[in-house]
Amino acid sequence: MGAIYRREVGAFFTSSIAYIFLAVFWIFLGYFFYATSLVAATTDMSGMFQSMFLICVILIPVLTMRLFSEEKKQKTEQGLLTAPVSLGEIVFGKYFAAVTLYTIALSMVFVYAVIMSGFGQVEWGIVFSNFLALLLLGMAFISVGVFLSALNENQIAAFILTFIALMALYMIDVIKNLVKVEWLADLLGVLSFYNKYYAITCGLFNVSTVVFYLSVAFVFNYLTIRIFERRRWS
Amino acid sequence: MIEVRNLTKHYGDKHAVNDISFTVEDGEILGFLGPNGAGKSTTMNMLTGYISSTSGQALINGVDILENPIQAKSYIGYLPELPPLYLDMTVKGYLNYIYDLKKCKLPRKAHLNEVMALCKVLDVKERIIKNLSKGYKQRVGLAQALIGNPPVLILDEPTVGLDPKQILEIRTLIKKLGKNHTVILSSHILSEIQAVCDRIIIINHGQIAAHDTTDNLSKNVSTDHRVIARIAGPREEIVKKLRNITGIKYCRADMEREEGVYEYELEAKAGQDIRYELFEILRENNWPLLSLKSAEMTLEDVFLKITMGEGLVIEQPAEQNDSDGAAADAQTADETEEKKEEEA
Ligand SMILES: Nc1ncnc2c1ncn2[C@@H]1O[C@H](COP(=O)(O)OP(=O)(O)OP(=O)(O)O)[C@@H](O)[C@H]1O
Ligand SMILES: [Mg+2]
Repeated sequence: MGAIYRREVGAFFTSSIAYIFLAVFWIFLGYFFYATSLVAATTDMSGMFQSMFLICVILIPVLTMRLFSEEKKQKTEQGLLTAPVSLGEIVFGKYFAAVTLYTIALSMVFVYAVIMSGFGQVEWGIVFSNFLALLLLGMAFISVGVFLSALNENQIAAFILTFIALMALYMIDVIKNLVKVEWLADLLGVLSFYNKYYAITCGLFNVSTVVFYLSVAFVFNYLTIRIFERRRWS
Repeated sequence: MIEVRNLTKHYGDKHAVNDISFTVEDGEILGFLGPNGAGKSTTMNMLTGYISSTSGQALINGVDILENPIQAKSYIGYLPELPPLYLDMTVKGYLNYIYDLKKCKLPRKAHLNEVMALCKVLDVKERIIKNLSKGYKQRVGLAQALIGNPPVLILDEPTVGLDPKQILEIRTLIKKLGKNHTVILSSHILSEIQAVCDRIIIINHGQIAAHDTTDNLSKNVSTDHRVIARIAGPREEIVKKLRNITGIKYCRADMEREEGVYEYELEAKAGQDIRYELFEILRENNWPLLSLKSAEMTLEDVFLKITMGEGLVIEQPAEQNDSDGAAADAQTADETEEKKEEEA
């Protein structure tokens, strides 16, 4: 797994996706930081975190689109699948490479928090729990992106499909508020990514939320492995 | 050692590989020969665990590739039809990655240098793979297969894209590796297989059409005695007269080479020498013999006979460039068959 992980992290930088991703992510993070904290003249950063949900919907597909589609297109997939490594190592190697880059991007919030601390009291507990919320959300989103990248030979197609999928996950909450049938609304509430995320950013942190996001990540990575098994047997 | 038992691969109704069985011993080089679409790559992909078989079994050093894939794959160095190269990496970076991917235990620097020297890529080791010529890419692909010094090597058309000097060098390298590895290689080039392999499997339409040692296949071939004569004179008459030679199997006129000069192909029955009588006939009739050359049947002819002689036709002869030549040859072979039938 180490070899695949290291190559993939390197490829993020040689393909310059890393620079684009980090630059755009940090610009938005900086903008929301400016708009919600500096302009409003508070040291409460939760406004910034809530806006970041949508930024993840747009930017995470950029991070994941290439991961498997490019292997298939360049025929390098054959080298991976005939190497003495398990499918799990391949999928998780790539998955964690993307998670690593995402974590680097996210860590910028601590820099902003340090800047804030120069102006007033920073609630470090809130900063940490918000960081965790974005991290968990990202881990779930990235697994969806990896899955869709494995289904597409074309990275642009992978990007668009991932964007649509993540947007749909975002919309669950909106649909929930429109649905009149009670049990369906409840079900959508359970599946909603946004309300759990929102709860954490408000400081309502509970274990079931963590389990939810990690389960989603696990399920999609598992499905990706299944795709490769299926493909081999077809 | 590789053991293949009744290996079969179906794509829907299409039988890409149908019930193939063979073994390759340690220290042996087996050649896979067959026209485009015969099923060579499909067989190799099954042996290396890239695709599964519909039925049948493949054992690498006694380990089933589907039951215990990771262990079986660790014994194999595979060069696929298209080398799996990451174009953005340098040669050195890529081979380092392969070293890690294969969880290689050999001393890193020494081993990588050894492999790069063997495949002659040391002088491009700092270059980005994207910028290499096709031949160099092919050699990096071969280097990738050799990393970790796996006991079994499976090479799908390893000399494609190399220049003649490189082809010779790579052949020599494969022969050397064959002494202490188990090697399967595929090719369209018969002389290559003949030069490198101990045994040959001719595969066509997913089935084994012939399977013998290179020596035996070549021996079968050289007993047939054929000559090509260029004679000035009336075509029909010459053919008629020449067909009366004792011990002749067939005679037919070929192309007009010069004004009023045709080439004639004559084949004698096994053990017969027709050249003396040929000379006598030409002298009696005052037909000048402009040239005479022996046309020993090549492995090429055997190959074409086996793969097409039995009324089988290749589905898409124009699929690749080199198949054009093969198709033209096939026609001649078919004509030959027809002539023979006429004779009988
Ligand atoms: N994924 C696939 N789906 C359907 N048919 C396939 C697939 N892969 C291969 N085939 C068919 O199986 C047959 C064997 O193909 P294969 O690539 O093994 O031939 P080959 O002997 O390697 O030919 P070449 O000399 O051109 O490399 C071909 O007729 C091909 O069209
Ligand atoms: Mg092939």
